[in-house]
Amino acid sequence: MTIEVRIPTILRTYTGGEKAVQGQGDTLAALIEDLEGNHPGLKDRLVEAKDGQDDLRRFVNLYVNDEDVRFTGGLGTALSDGDQVVVLPAVAGG
Amino acid sequence: MLTLTEAVRDQIVAHAKRDHPDEACGVVAGPEGSDRAERVVEMVNAAGSPTFYEFDSGELLDLYKQMWARDEEPVVVYHSHTATEAYPSRTDIGLASEPGAHYVLVSTREHGNSDGPVEFRSYRIIDGEVTEEEVTIVKEHS
Repeated sequence: MTIEVRIPTILRTYTGGEKAVQGQGDTLAALIEDLEGNHPGLKDRLVEAKDGQDDLRRFVNLYVNDEDVRFTGGLGTALSDGDQVVVLPAVAGG
Repeated sequence: MLTLTEAVRDQIVAHAKRDHPDEACGVVAGPEGSDRAERVVEMVNAAGSPTFYEFDSGELLDLYKQMWARDEEPVVVYHSHTATEAYPSRTDIGLASEPGAHYVLVSTREHGNSDGPVEFRSYRIIDGEVTEEEVTIVKEHS
């Protein structure tokens, strides 16, 4: 099972400059754990503890096959071989 | 230094005036590594607010996929302030996530939707540090 993950410029310090990396996992949470093993520090930029549980950071968007995971079950979103995951920081401010 | 054509600057200013008193936001895309801000993409402010802006998450993905397909990057990320000066707010600094981009701020506080000059300034925002830079306006890119 291989899932390609597109990494934004600001997080490429964790991937040795790579624009995309590969990982595995049958949920988004498992994929992020797998990525953390090869790219330490990445997980903390994607998730934070909320009420004692990991949750997506408010200003990071993750998409599985072009669907924002906030609408597909968040970190519990199921993944299959060949899925495409994209990470994009929110473009936002005050 | 940021170099913009008159046409690009005018489009950003027109967008900011049109959306006042809400904040307007968008990017100017250009070929990767070129530092040429060529293609203005006006984005909807999903926050619809006079004090906050955020690209809609679906439109954000569409925008980036379009840029990747064209080998482009966001050369400029712009937004307006409608009641305060054209200087990055604490939120702007905390959320700045394109270290290679010029962050353009326009303030419409003086003339709102009407004709008249605006503050138009540009910054680099890297690791929480703000550096203002000169903006040069040209007829067209040389």
